[in-house]
Amino acid sequence: MSLLTVTNLVKTFGSGDTETRVLRGLDLTLEKGQMAALLGPSGSGKSTLLTILGTLMHPTSGGHDMLGVDLTTASDAALTTFRNLHIGFVFQFHNLLPDFTALENVVFPAAIREGRETAAARSRGADLLTRMGLAERIDFPSANLSGGQKQRVAVARALMNAPELVLADEPTGNLDRASALQVMELIGQINREEGTTFLISTHDEKIAATCARQIVVGDGVVSG
Amino acid sequence: MLYALKIASRYLTASKAQTALLVVGVAVGVFLFIFMSALIGGLAEFIMSRTAGDMSHVTIEAQAEDPGQIATFPGLVLLAHDASSDAAELREALNLMPLIEVMPEVLAVSPQITGAGLLRRGTRVAQVSVVGLEPGRESAILNLAGYMVEGDAQLRSGVILLGRALALELGLELGQSVVLQSQDGIDATLTVTGLYQIGQGGPDRRMAYVSLSTARTLFAMPQGVSRIEIKLHDLYAADAVAPRIEALTGLPAESWTVNGAQLLEALNAQAQTGYFLKTFAMITIVIGVASALLLSTYRRRPEIGIMRAMGASRLFVVGVFVTQGALIGVMGGLLGAGVGYLALLPFPPRDAFRSGTLPMDITQGAYGLAITLTVIGAILASILPARSAARVDPVTAIGQ
Ligand SMILES: Nc1ncnc2c1ncn2[C@@H]1O[C@H](COP(=O)(O)OP(=O)(O)OP(=O)(O)O)[C@@H](O)[C@H]1O
Ligand SMILES: [Mg+2]
Repeated sequence: MSLLTVTNLVKTFGSGDTETRVLRGLDLTLEKGQMAALLGPSGSGKSTLLTILGTLMHPTSGGHDMLGVDLTTASDAALTTFRNLHIGFVFQFHNLLPDFTALENVVFPAAIREGRETAAARSRGADLLTRMGLAERIDFPSANLSGGQKQRVAVARALMNAPELVLADEPTGNLDRASALQVMELIGQINREEGTTFLISTHDEKIAATCARQIVVGDGVVSG
Repeated sequence: MLYALKIASRYLTASKAQTALLVVGVAVGVFLFIFMSALIGGLAEFIMSRTAGDMSHVTIEAQAEDPGQIATFPGLVLLAHDASSDAAELREALNLMPLIEVMPEVLAVSPQITGAGLLRRGTRVAQVSVVGLEPGRESAILNLAGYMVEGDAQLRSGVILLGRALALELGLELGQSVVLQSQDGIDATLTVTGLYQIGQGGPDRRMAYVSLSTARTLFAMPQGVSRIEIKLHDLYAADAVAPRIEALTGLPAESWTVNGAQLLEALNAQAQTGYFLKTFAMITIVIGVASALLLSTYRRRPEIGIMRAMGASRLFVVGVFVTQGALIGVMGGLLGAGVGYLALLPFPPRDAFRSGTLPMDITQGAYGLAITLTVIGAILASILPARSAARVDPVTAIGQ
């Protein structure tokens, strides 16, 4: 069963001489529970595609459906709520709120949903952190965590509201090979156990190889 | 929005030095506000108590020309002796007084008989304005009792109260007697039972207070009075109350503002200056808070982007920054008000103002108003930064 479909997706930046056509009629369908790697040369539009899929940016044209909702016509407020409930993010940089603890960061999406930090959310957050091997770091100020630890906190946070889709833009780009593989291993485990769909952009073939599907972007379309 | 409060307070505690500086800055503005309120209020109170507070707010005066003063020689005055002038009196006034007294705006009513007279003590002579007051109401308008330096202010038949300066001039002491000759040529020998010092040359040298009954004899006025002085709870109500008294009694009632325009202007100018300075204190607070928060929104752009990506609404982001403004306002307001109160404590209370010190009135610090305005100001100041924070584009902010 498909989770999301984009059809004939076009994204153009700028206009006139500086016009950059990044996506040129891209079609893509992600199945529920899929673990997919997003590959392609630098500048091919991986981040652009993830941003559009994450509803953080509108495409220039094309269709975007997820969970049966037409996201191209939804209002900003509707998209904000949709993101909160159905999409998790892991970014390469600037992932965590530095003035908050690991647990407070993880609980954030639930607190936004509920309007406050509930005990249930805290206990789920602590569970997620424990699964990420961070049981010792639950109440640690996030600014003091190592790079690999920060990315694992970010993965835990992406999972907090049990979203159907997690988008990760080079989540291991900053990490050494061992930490990167550890993060991928944890992501794979969640994917198998909870059926969460992952789309992970990476430059690293070894990282991509841990995913069941490899999607390659080139010339603004999916090429493989 | 409880959660926005948590984020806001964490942001403030995360950069403690910066927050402390900001709160102190706001507190200085609040302190200034309170200091100005206390000073302007105190000054007004001071001037009032020295002048307007001691005067009649609404006066009913018999309509007649003053006994014309023909010429003044040192120590001697010639008065026009005209039978029609001393007949200027309010005959029905005493019957109408209860009507005035029951008006809720009215604080005190004092019927008076006034006229000119000569005080003689041996070879020394002094010209005085004589005021006959009803015993028991000596301090109803002018707080005579408060100005007594010797003896007391209680009037009865056969006694006279004089300014200490005049008594000294005449070589009079408490308990001694003096002859008072009225403009009608009637003599009375009176005993000095009180000496006052008001501090202004006029009343201390030129006034003499006697009882209403003594004045009746002196000025040959067996029934009426020549003037009724009325004091109101709120002297600024005088313009509204005077015509009502006139309508009620049919007697000509005049508000103090008719002749006290200058005083009123001075008081208004003072209040204006106060508003001006207080407005500037508030503007300083608003600019300080706005610029500090604007910097903070800029510094936190990536975080704002993350929050937006996680599903935080624009309204939530606005809430976080407006709450920061409100918290700074509350803390700065309380601190400034607290310090302001402590700074005003050493000043003497309002009824003990001394010349040479600032007449600060701690009760007029307007603490609640200062805190309320500060919180409102800080919230308004945070709207611009909050809006700019809410407009942060998650994509560019996270990409930084
Ligand atoms: N806001 C923007 N304005 C103009 N051009 C943009 C903007 N965002 C991206 N681009 C351009 O779009 C193209 C694709 O960028 P994108 O970041 O999606 O590539 P990427 O595949 O993620 O590259 P990398 O592997 O280096 O991260 C690039 O040429 C980039 O310069
Ligand atoms: Mg990229």
